[in-house]
Amino acid sequence: MEFFLGHMNYWLFIVLMMTGLYIVVARGNLVKKIVGLNVFQVSVFMLYISIGKVTGGTAPIFPTDLQGHIEIDPDIVYSNPLPHVLILTAIVVGIATTSLGLALVVRIREEYGSIEEQDILDIDAAAAREENRQHGDAMGGRA
Amino acid sequence: MAAEEVHHVALTLRDHLPVLQILIPFCAAPLVVLFGSRTLAWPMAFAASGLAFLCSIYLLMQVIDGGFISYHLGGWAPPLGIEYRVDAANAFVVFLISGIATVVLPFARASVNEEIPQKNHTLFYACFLLCLTGLLGMVITGDAFNVFVFLEISSLSTYVLVSQGSFTDKRALSAAYDYLILGTIGATFFVIGLGFLYMATGTLNMADLAGRIALLEDNRTVQAAFAFIVVGIGLKVAMFPLHLWLPNAYVYAPSAVTAFLAATATKAAVYVLLRFMFSVFQPDFVFGSLAITWIIGPLAVLAMFIASFVAVFQNNFKRMLAYSSIAQIGYMLLGIAILNVNGLTATMVHLFNHGITKAALFMAVGAIILRTGTTFYDRIAGMGRVMPLTGAAVVVGGLSLIGVPGTAGFISKWVLVQAALDNGWWWMALAIMLSSLLAVVYVWRVVEALYLQAPSDDVVHKEAPLSMLVPLWIMAGACIWFGFDTDITLGAARTAAEGLLAGSAGMAEISTAAAQAAH
Repeated sequence: MEFFLGHMNYWLFIVLMMTGLYIVVARGNLVKKIVGLNVFQVSVFMLYISIGKVTGGTAPIFPTDLQGHIEIDPDIVYSNPLPHVLILTAIVVGIATTSLGLALVVRIREEYGSIEEQDILDIDAAAAREENRQHGDAMGGRA
Repeated sequence: MAAEEVHHVALTLRDHLPVLQILIPFCAAPLVVLFGSRTLAWPMAFAASGLAFLCSIYLLMQVIDGGFISYHLGGWAPPLGIEYRVDAANAFVVFLISGIATVVLPFARASVNEEIPQKNHTLFYACFLLCLTGLLGMVITGDAFNVFVFLEISSLSTYVLVSQGSFTDKRALSAAYDYLILGTIGATFFVIGLGFLYMATGTLNMADLAGRIALLEDNRTVQAAFAFIVVGIGLKVAMFPLHLWLPNAYVYAPSAVTAFLAATATKAAVYVLLRFMFSVFQPDFVFGSLAITWIIGPLAVLAMFIASFVAVFQNNFKRMLAYSSIAQIGYMLLGIAILNVNGLTATMVHLFNHGITKAALFMAVGAIILRTGTTFYDRIAGMGRVMPLTGAAVVVGGLSLIGVPGTAGFISKWVLVQAALDNGWWWMALAIMLSSLLAVVYVWRVVEALYLQAPSDDVVHKEAPLSMLVPLWIMAGACIWFGFDTDITLGAARTAAEGLLAGSAGMAEISTAAAQAAH
């Protein structure tokens, strides 16, 4: 029991991560896949943020008086700010990925008229069949 | 007086070369967009990648005999600050990437005019520069998290570049989408691995990481980190079962993009894989070499055979080359799995030789597409006779792909076979030969289509323009040149391999020395 409660943040990370990956794999809707990808990425943000936590630690901000002098009190424990900074970068990357992915979905909708994976696979397969009929058989497809 | 001043400027500039290497294309990309001029976009992109290429030559010359340059970004000393660490291994890869970009850009001009609508040209070149920045950055940096950031810069721009093929075939969009999903999963796995490493060691500087991992012998967190990083980068490398994004992305991307990506993107990822396996984790120290040899080795052999076999049965030149790329990446991974100096040398030298070979072949594909519209074998029939120079370049590239003596491909396969024999794996040497036979078959099918059939009437009967032929033949010439003159390639690759196998200890020493100095 201690093992479960003591590592609560890691259990949550694993649950979120697997949920995200499952959505990416199992959902046919391209927008839902992007949402799953987002959940997956957010789980990693949670992992990083939680490992920066120091037991009993407070926000890593030095207290200043009105003149701006920093009073460093050696008794205060601070959390580690570095993982938070890293994850700010990763959040920016995540937003860029999401927006690019959604932009691609828009273009796919314009060209294919659908955002369901199965429809797109069917259209692609039909195009490949047509090419093979014209130019001779080929092996592989997506494999 | 004036001469002195110039000398002084040159000195400071040279000190900043490692960062200029990245900054030049990185700053040129937004400038291209800000100027917003279609006529200026290409010259600016070309100037930026040319300057980056010059930087890389300087850097390679400084480190080719061993030794390294450590550049502290913003003057913050590592391990706290971000460090760019240039040694023979990454200077060699940087040289390849910036060189390929500089050669592909002149080729891209005619090809992009043909395949992409004019309104997208400015943004296309900006994306190209960003992709170049990302690839150079992930190779040159000595900070593990920095690798992730640059990896994503290059990946995001790659997705955009691939999707630009949608103006000739809409399947480029679904290829780019697939690549985006898989690439993001790969990059996120990589970040999870970095998170575990940070949990175990509290540092992100690669040299510092190496030193601290060496102290934690049997740490489960570090082992999990290793698994996540190998799978994450493996997706980017297109390691055999993780290669599914590659064929469609290469086939439907615009020709210039394919030529650039096939020669650089997977190569940069192979380098990152090498760097993490050997410099950061030190396999023989932490895990024993078993995992690498018995997981990566068989997968590499499977890639060599299955992908080559699939390549034989293609009806499309461009798709055949994409599958051949997966097979050739198998050779590079095999060099890693063999795990001796010759094996790593083979990986490094094949990384370079395959880069130039594929650049030449995909540029030839672009030249043929310009005249025929597609590269299905029945459509390119007889084009070798119509386009003698392009056809000859395909033959040279094909021979290098097979590994015929006198071409660059022979050198890397020779070293690889030597490495296998060093370990006493004669059957592995045999497997390398056998898979090369498959390469003979798939290259022959193209040559047969190009030369032994009559050209059809509904294609343009004209040689490719000079702006395509010159870059094409620079690369095809390089395939022959590096088949005879192996001083640069083998020399740099061997220094790099020795550095990778022994350098982790060297890196650890340096970081402990730095730590002592800090106290």
